[in-house]
Order: sequence, then structure tokens, then C-alpha cells
Amino acid sequence: MANLIKPFRTDLHVHTVLSPCAEVEMIPPLIVEYALDLGITLIAITDHNSSANIEAVQKAAFKTPLNVLPGMELQTREEVHSLCLFDTIEQIYQLQKLVTETLPPIKNEAEHFGEQFVVDETGEFIRREEQLLLVSSSLSLNDAWKFVNDLGGLFIPAHVNRKAFGLLGSLGLVPTDIQIEALEISKHLNPEDAAKQLPQVRGYPLIQDGDVHRLDEFNGKMTLYLEAPTIDEIRMAIHNNNGRLVGFS
Amino acid sequence: MNLQEIINNLDLKVLTEPKDFSAIEPTCGYSSDLLSCVMAGAPHKSIWVTLQAHSNIIAVATLLELSAIVITEGAMPELATLARANEEGVVILSTEKPTFNVIGKLWEMGFHC
Repeated sequence: MANLIKPFRTDLHVHTVLSPCAEVEMIPPLIVEYALDLGITLIAITDHNSSANIEAVQKAAFKTPLNVLPGMELQTREEVHSLCLFDTIEQIYQLQKLVTETLPPIKNEAEHFGEQFVVDETGEFIRREEQLLLVSSSLSLNDAWKFVNDLGGLFIPAHVNRKAFGLLGSLGLVPTDIQIEALEISKHLNPEDAAKQLPQVRGYPLIQDGDVHRLDEFNGKMTLYLEAPTIDEIRMAIHNNNGRLVGFS
Repeated sequence: MNLQEIINNLDLKVLTEPKDFSAIEPTCGYSSDLLSCVMAGAPHKSIWVTLQAHSNIIAVATLLELSAIVITEGAMPELATLARANEEGVVILSTEKPTFNVIGKLWEMGFHC
């Protein structure tokens, strides 16, 4: 019997206390609680260049209606941020290995950049991440796109409308030598206005997330209509295939 | 001042196909690594100094008919990017020096605008 297509209120861009710019309140149990309060049932954890808190959030969401996908907000050498989204923790750890090898070895100075905490599912401190995460990998956007795609993941340039670290700010145009499937816009831009204000995004499917650094930053305006919370299904929704779709409220 | 003099004085490596650089006179100079700023700010037919080597630099150079792009700090464009530059007639020059030194040297040579 075929599964039914169901609505998933979704935010695919959520940071934890591992990201130096995120608030200390971004711990697994609170992320789960606040997402569910807004009726959000699908999130991706996307810390800067890192994946060390994903399993903790997945554990915190266990036996709740919240689905947690493994992700990363990767910063490539063009100073562009992109969401790399996967189905499994094994996939993200393969990307992590490559990213770790390509980050410049700079130690975090918590005073200036913020703390980078790895925590357990209750939010208890495990360790400090020493490597500064707010830096560019030496990977190119094109190479990162290919690696993520080959792994079966979804590669979506993040907050493309933002001057700092957005694709359009850094690179002016959407590159056409790789197949970018969708673009993320920040929550302050109405998806309907995006194409009017930014001619470069015309023709590209858009998603909108909260880029959640604080608990009150969940967006909750995007709903994906999917049979199941998987990358394949999200890809279909982005391309408006087989009845899957992306809706904004 | 023509492009050949600039290439000689700054000891720039020519990454794209050779042409008569002495016939190219950059109108002015510009520097930024944010392509959105370059599109908005670089004067027509100017020379652009940047360490951005992503393939989108070709689209920007074509749009503004830039005289040349100087890529600094030894950043290397992909071969496909250079092929596209040749197709579009965009001149790409390279140096190991940082952007600051390149612009300083241009100024010292009397290239003001």
C-alpha cells in the first residue's frame, strides 16, 4: 500500500551550541521542545563545518514526532555558506572527514567568536571543540557540491540573499557549471518577493529556513509535503514532483 | 598605461591565451572579492584585482568588459574557468603577491584614476 503524502512543517537550518555564533540555549532538549511547540516535525541540524552534536539532538528527539536529519552548514573557499543535508550519520561523517582535513588549523578564541560546545542529548557538556569552525574550508564550491551529491546528499546554498556568506553576495550569480537544485532564502525575505528583488534566483526552487541560532528563531513558515522525511522525498518536493511540494504560509 | 606595461612591471603570469596586451588600456582599477560588489562598482573596462578564482569571475568580467582580472595570492582558477575565459576573450593574470601589494605597485607606477 502506498504511503500518504503528509505535511511536515520544516526548518532545515538549525544550529546548536557547537556553532560559536549560536546561543548557549541551543541544546538538544530545548531545540526539540521549541520546534515541536511550533508544530515543526522536520529539522536538519546544520552547525558550521561540524556535525558533532547531531546524534545528541537525534537522541533527544527519539520517540517524539520530530524528525532530525544530519546536516552541515559548510563554508567553502569562496566564503559561501551551503547546507549539506543527508539521510544518515555515516554520510555526514564522510563529509566531516573531508571538511576537517580542509579547514585551516586555527584555534577558537571563545572570547571573540563564542564557545563551541559538544554536548549530550540532555545538553550536558562533553567537550569544547578546539578548531575554530567559523572559517573557510579550502574546498571549492564545485568540489563540495560534487562530493555531497555523490554521497546522495542535497546541497543548497544558504541565505543566498545575505551579503555576508551568501552565494549572491560572494559570487554575484548562481554558478551554472554545477547543477544547483535549490536556494535557501533567509526568513526576512518573503519567497514571493525574492524573485522580484533578486533576478538571479528566478527559475530556482526556493526554501526558507530560520537559520536558527536562538530558540525564538525557528521559522515554521515552510511546510514540505512528503511521504516520509528523507532526502529523496525532499528532493522531489523541491522539484515539485509526484505530488510532493514545498509550501509557505 | 597599457596592460603589457602592467604585466611587465608587476611580473604577472598570463593564464589565458596571449594577445596584444599593449593595445589594451585599462580605464581604471577596482578591488573586491565579493562579486556582487564588483558588478555594482567596478568601472567599465577597468582592471580588477581579487583573490576570488571561482568561475563566476568570467561572467562578471564579460558583463563589465574588464580589461583584465589579476588573481592574487597564487589562487588558481580551474582549467574549465580558463577555457571559458579564452572563449569570452577575458584576460586572466596571476601573481603570488597579495592584493595590497599589487594595488600599491600600480599606484606607484602612476596608475591613478
